[in-house]
Amino acid sequence: MRRVLRAQTGRPGIRANLSVQPCKGNRMASETNLNAGIEDGVRRRDFINIAAVSFAGVGAAAVVLPLVNQMNPSADVLALSSTEIDISAIQSGQAIKTSWRKQPVFVRNLTPVEIAEANKVPLGDLRDPQTLAERTKTGKENWLITLGVCTHLGCVPLGAAEGEPRGDFGGYFCPCHGSHYDTAARIRKGPAPKNLTVPPYDFTSDTVVTIG
Amino acid sequence: MSFPWAKNYEPQQPLMKWLDEKLPLPRLVYNAVGAGYPVPRNLNYFWNFGVLAGAALAIQIITGIVLAMHYAANAGVAFDSVEHIMRDVNAGWFIRYAHMNGASMFFIVVYLHIFRGLYYGSYKAPREMVWLLGVVIFLLMMATAFMGYVLPWGQMSFWGAQVITGFFSAIPVVGEPIRVWLLGGFAPDDAALNRFFSLHYLLPFVIAGVVILHIWALHIPGSSNPTGIEVKDEQDTVPFHPYYTAKDGFGLGVFLLLFVALTFFSPNLLGHADNYIPANPLSTPAHIVPEWYFWPFYAILRAFTFNFLWIDAKLWGVIAMFASIALLFFLPWLDSSPVKSSTYRPLYRKFFWVLVVDVLILGYCGKSPAEQPYVIMSQLAAAYYFAHFLIILPIVSRIERPAPMPNSITEAVLAKHADKSSASATA
Amino acid sequence: MVRPLGFLVGLGFIIALLCAIVTTPLSNEPQAAHAFHKHPRHLALSSDGLFPHWDKAKLQRGMQVYKEVCSACHSLNHVAFRDIQDLGYTEGQAKSFAKGFQVPSINPDTGEPATRDGLPSDHFPAPYANEVAARAANNNALPPDLSLITKAREGGKDYVYSLLTGFQNPPKNLPKELQPATGLHYNPYFANLNLAMAPPLTDGQVTFADGSPNDVKAMASDVSAFLVWTAEPKLVKRVWTGWAVFLYLLIFTGLTYMAYRNIWADKEH
Repeated sequence: MRRVLRAQTGRPGIRANLSVQPCKGNRMASETNLNAGIEDGVRRRDFINIAAVSFAGVGAAAVVLPLVNQMNPSADVLALSSTEIDISAIQSGQAIKTSWRKQPVFVRNLTPVEIAEANKVPLGDLRDPQTLAERTKTGKENWLITLGVCTHLGCVPLGAAEGEPRGDFGGYFCPCHGSHYDTAARIRKGPAPKNLTVPPYDFTSDTVVTIG
Repeated sequence: MSFPWAKNYEPQQPLMKWLDEKLPLPRLVYNAVGAGYPVPRNLNYFWNFGVLAGAALAIQIITGIVLAMHYAANAGVAFDSVEHIMRDVNAGWFIRYAHMNGASMFFIVVYLHIFRGLYYGSYKAPREMVWLLGVVIFLLMMATAFMGYVLPWGQMSFWGAQVITGFFSAIPVVGEPIRVWLLGGFAPDDAALNRFFSLHYLLPFVIAGVVILHIWALHIPGSSNPTGIEVKDEQDTVPFHPYYTAKDGFGLGVFLLLFVALTFFSPNLLGHADNYIPANPLSTPAHIVPEWYFWPFYAILRAFTFNFLWIDAKLWGVIAMFASIALLFFLPWLDSSPVKSSTYRPLYRKFFWVLVVDVLILGYCGKSPAEQPYVIMSQLAAAYYFAHFLIILPIVSRIERPAPMPNSITEAVLAKHADKSSASATA
Repeated sequence: MVRPLGFLVGLGFIIALLCAIVTTPLSNEPQAAHAFHKHPRHLALSSDGLFPHWDKAKLQRGMQVYKEVCSACHSLNHVAFRDIQDLGYTEGQAKSFAKGFQVPSINPDTGEPATRDGLPSDHFPAPYANEVAARAANNNALPPDLSLITKAREGGKDYVYSLLTGFQNPPKNLPKELQPATGLHYNPYFANLNLAMAPPLTDGQVTFADGSPNDVKAMASDVSAFLVWTAEPKLVKRVWTGWAVFLYLLIFTGLTYMAYRNIWADKEH
């Protein structure tokens, strides 16, 4: 009896349906029947349940963000994103190995012969066509600054230090899978798809370069 | 096993049918926490804390795995690596504070879960195994929490490790070698820190395993309920889903509100200032206190100050502290009353509330310095603690005359509602 | 079997405890220092409470006090120069600020220990090379690192502020054993009343560019505010993130409550 009372007094949706769909005496009291027989009631209920579950889903997604973002470089790692290099001590024909963002960087002071050799190569012969001028700063064509990371699978090519093999084209040679780079550090032979990457850099003065 | 009227899992889609034949995982979930698990209809909010403890464990495992990606378990850099997480790692402060306060939230809900078990006699037959596994989980939690607290390598971490491993040196003859073996040295250092980190990472998964056993053991007799009367027929139960999933969803909301308030608004409320000082093996903090969830046990440890019989005070303290937890393993047999719920046990109920106050007093004493009046308070409270479980409870369960009980869960529910409606009718 | 054994074990513990009660003296050893020790005074800052913000001008002044006074003895290990952008400095200002410090380095040619100009990625350099050097220079007392000091002391910022402003002459009735020994200074906010640090601040010691007051109290307040920031640079962000999460959860809890009531509407329980 209590249920009937509640249905009549409490809920507008339920009362509206009662008139459309008259119930049969005793079965009215049965809980399941009350639930199943009234369409409006069902819809309103479903709406709140669905709203609660979807709202929880949104929250769960929002929590995932920081849990994923924590794997990105932290503030101290990002703070190391620029490196200053003094290049005054590098003689013509020499190279140094330094590091930027924990990656090796080659700084080479090209000889006029090496520059001429690099400029002699027709662009059409290159796998990744780029001129030496495009890979250096205007007026500083002898300073070739590249990452020391082979574009094949990331080994450090040889050729920056005195006495290391410089490959068939007089630049760098990666011993891992035999990629040969020329005097402008462009890929000429072997599996690497790209030239050695030129990082963003600027000459802060004639003798100081800021990478990054 | 389940009640005969439990709903049967019937996959509709071909994919689910295929999955059900090859790996009936959805069926398992359906029967464990879905519509296939009939649960007494009269559970009150105290029955929320099991699910909440599970949620707390999940939060700890997730945040912990993330923290381990940045933490360095080396005495030289551990403290700095935690500060690195707090300052430089993206959202690191949030994850670390959530883990730190998540541990406290885990203990809060587990203590309430234990409270529920004690008040409503959930430990009694046929659910002894559920209770025993629960005590195992509690012990594993304590070990995990202790080792986790050592990891930031602050002053409290270091001296906590020193003091707690010092318990073992109370054991005659083999004690000191055991302590040195545990630490891998003569004082906490790299070796201890590394093994604590390793075990702190491992144990939560062991806990998760025992939780599965705990739930498995629960599903054999089914859930208990506030009346303590076993389920008799279908009327007494509702399917877990959607009835209790909805109720647990609401409980989870309230739990998270408290958790979030603690984590974001007062993250160091339950911590200790000294743990922001890097570990210094040459200087002990003025006042060593464990984390709040260990206070009652710490009070029991310190209460024993007399060399009684041939056992010295230190060893008494250590034995008593372990005994205070170990006696929970015997609880189902110490209490022989067939009546489960305190609702129908007038005498037991009185002593139970004394126990609750007693444990709160122990906690307060454990937090306070070892001075009077806290020493004598902790001694009296510890005495009641042991008296309650080992002497009073067995006697009470024998002499008590239980109050009249309803015949079934449904009858109890209907009587409650009849009371309410007649009360409102007269009003 | 469990019950009789349990009874005996329980009796054992209780007798041991009763013996302990009887033999423990009820009076505490008197601690004279307690009577003179004072609780820290409250310092209200904009970063307090549930609606905090950083008072950047104040934090900048506090950093100036740290740099000109405290940094002579105290390190700030966990703070990097890049971090001071939080205080309202630009990237360029942080860079030139860093340049003003010499940080330990090695001579690239000889490998000998050397120093170089600071970079934004560097942390504040410590005044002493190691603990031994710090103790040797400070009458065997070790000046603590200040990065976390407002979290690492009971009372936090209140304690730091009270300590800085709390130096005074010992009271007349101070027992002899509590009076400051040579090289120590009386301060009732310090746990054992006598502190190796001499009063660090004097009125007018630091001149602020914005002309703010520079008496001891003002400087102590500024540097305490700065040290709240160094201890937890994410404090303000933390609280406001907390509000967003909290409001979300209020709605979530409301919705789940309604869903719960709906689902149970026809079940008596």
